[in-house]
Amino acid sequence: MRKAAVILGSLAVLAACGNSNTNSNASGNIAVEASDDACKVARTAAATGPVTFEVTNKGTKVTEFYLYAEGDRILGEVENIGPGLSRKLIVEVTEAGKFQTACKPGMKGDGIRGDFTVTGDSKKSTDGDAMLAEATKSYQRYVNSQADQLLVKTEEFVNAVKAKKVDDAKALFPVSRTYWERIEPVAESFGDLDPKIDGREDVIAEGMAFTGYHRLEKDLWESGLQADSEKIADQLLTDVKEIVSKAKSVELTPVQLANGAKELLDEVATGKITGEEDRYSHTDLWDFRANVDGSQAAIAALRPVVEQKDKALVSTLDAKFKALDEALEKHRKGDGFKSYKELSQDEIKALAEAVDALGEPVSKVAEVVSAK
Amino acid sequence: MTGVSRRRLLGYAGAGVALAGAGATAGVLASRESPEVENVAAAKVPFRGEIQAGITTPAQDHMHFVALDVKTTSRDELVDLLKQWTVAAERMTAGQEAAENGAVGGNAEAPPKDTGEALDLPASALTITIGFGPSLFDDRFGLKDKRPEALIDLPRFPQDDLDPARSNGDICIQACANDPQVAVHAVRNLVRIGFGRVAVRWSQLGFGRTSSTTRDQATPRNMFGFKDGTRNIKAEDTDLLRDHVWVTEGPEWIRGGTYLVARRIRMHIEIWDRTSLTEQEQIIGRTKGEGAPLGQQKEFDEPDLHVRGAGGVPLIGEVAHIRLASPESLNGVRILRRGYNFTDGSDGLGHLDAGLFFLGFSRDSRTHFVPMQQALSTKDEMMEYVEHTGSAHFAIPPGVKEGGFWGEGLFR
Repeated sequence: MRKAAVILGSLAVLAACGNSNTNSNASGNIAVEASDDACKVARTAAATGPVTFEVTNKGTKVTEFYLYAEGDRILGEVENIGPGLSRKLIVEVTEAGKFQTACKPGMKGDGIRGDFTVTGDSKKSTDGDAMLAEATKSYQRYVNSQADQLLVKTEEFVNAVKAKKVDDAKALFPVSRTYWERIEPVAESFGDLDPKIDGREDVIAEGMAFTGYHRLEKDLWESGLQADSEKIADQLLTDVKEIVSKAKSVELTPVQLANGAKELLDEVATGKITGEEDRYSHTDLWDFRANVDGSQAAIAALRPVVEQKDKALVSTLDAKFKALDEALEKHRKGDGFKSYKELSQDEIKALAEAVDALGEPVSKVAEVVSAK
Repeated sequence: MTGVSRRRLLGYAGAGVALAGAGATAGVLASRESPEVENVAAAKVPFRGEIQAGITTPAQDHMHFVALDVKTTSRDELVDLLKQWTVAAERMTAGQEAAENGAVGGNAEAPPKDTGEALDLPASALTITIGFGPSLFDDRFGLKDKRPEALIDLPRFPQDDLDPARSNGDICIQACANDPQVAVHAVRNLVRIGFGRVAVRWSQLGFGRTSSTTRDQATPRNMFGFKDGTRNIKAEDTDLLRDHVWVTEGPEWIRGGTYLVARRIRMHIEIWDRTSLTEQEQIIGRTKGEGAPLGQQKEFDEPDLHVRGAGGVPLIGEVAHIRLASPESLNGVRILRRGYNFTDGSDGLGHLDAGLFFLGFSRDSRTHFVPMQQALSTKDEMMEYVEHTGSAHFAIPPGVKEGGFWGEGLFR
């Protein structure tokens, strides 16, 4: 079985090369064949304007497809493409330049990358206000995609809890939280829902029940499923549904976006780096990764604006995000991350330093964005 | 030297003469004078008086606070210790060694009775204040019946992250002085006298007072860079002290005293420092420079919690610190705050282990500290930047009279 997959994989790569050479300047829809170990993009060039990808998942894992601009700014993405399914992605590319496509089998990591070139006249606005408007729209797309996945994965998690499939639920816990943690500042803006969904036992106010992810975390890892676990799981899904619909209608200002990027790193520095967040499952590094992803997505959305006003800051941000990525990726294990308990004090300190080094330049983005 | 003569020296002749009994009525309490001195760096603060020094005394610049557990099970040994402590404490607040000929004048073959590091230093306005924690009132010393109802085990507050090694204790000693070496010397020598009978549970050094306790003192700044304690009760506010600080109920021994809540509040200052000025000011509810309540001009302008800005949004936000902590939001209750900034080095992750050591005195923590902390720990936006890592509650008996000793009323 494994051998067959490898052979298929290499064939796919060859085919991808052949296609990209012959069709580099054609127009029309671009077929993408995603498998478990290849991402075959039928054509790797396009003209400015709308670009349509048709992504077909020929692999065995659920996959995603992304088009990235420089600095991993997401221009467009489709998620949750099940095996055998096809999905269409239309991206408005307003500027010529070097881009990257990525398939993410298993919906994780950096994915299988490929270069993508766009040529032609710039259709991009250089007007500051329009750029800011585009930044918030771009981030809104990100929030929407994460919110959708949050709902999907929370439902799977909740179903596993209700079916008393403890091992499945444990595996799904950090996955569903990933989508939550990526958009945490947006979710947190709904005051009373946040503690219900994500409240830690020590944070819950007097007279308030301990519910949500962390209550189920405690049941799964420590106390065993309780008589009311099912009820808690149902409530979690109800609350997540509500927050998802609210998150999608939130209108953010560019400064809020920049502050959101900072707050996500604050979360890392005070909650994840100390192992306080997931004290029963010790899956803190998943949340850590997701917070950094979310921060990076917000900064990426603002990138064209920052680039215009403070180029040096952009390079600093790129360098510091990269350094933090490297520090974090050292601790990958299988589909996810090591347990927080497996980290040495030196490793924790190295992560904390990388977060601090990034936190400083990120905290300057709001000022740059708000400057006239 | 006696307490009275020191008072005379400092121009407070007679203040200690009209001593009210421990069961003084509220009226007497209101009229009495506080044993204040001018906040001269080197001044001597009277040790004896109707109330203990170190509460309404103008806040000194440095603090060493220690919580101790009693190790002896003998009531007599404990009483002896309190008597020995009283002698040493009184001497030290007068700028003397802990014992006569303590540092160098004694038997050369014996270790000196005073540790010596405060030789040549003036009294530095040293005050030493004692208190008794809830755990002292168990079966060991027959004090069960003497435990005031108000001396509760503090409830757990949301977001508390208390370290047992920084919390509670049978006895506390608060030493404040304008020279840190003098404060540390006082605690060190008292602890030394107590070895074998008491053991240190935890201790905290504080630098930089975060509250002014008299109208003459400028309002200092905390580690967030904001003026702290603008609306604090001041020594001159005798009516407020009567209504909110001095105990009039409970067992005889505590009447005329007060209750102290100590909280070690770690601040995530690196995170705070990355927060915009606007957000910092909104979290506090005051401007950073002048310290004026939002919507007002000057530091001492009364906050107006009803002023609204653009879009009908309150200028002092619903979750701003000064709104939640204001008497207006807490049924009028006030606490006399006397906290200190601290920095205990760093935390091993490259962050300063810094914050505010909160010291708050009130007549009943159940009606004063607890509701305030409930409100803050559930709503205060500042909670994202702080973490309560230590907590303790003590009953602070009234002052020591001539010939008396610390906590005498408790063992009567």
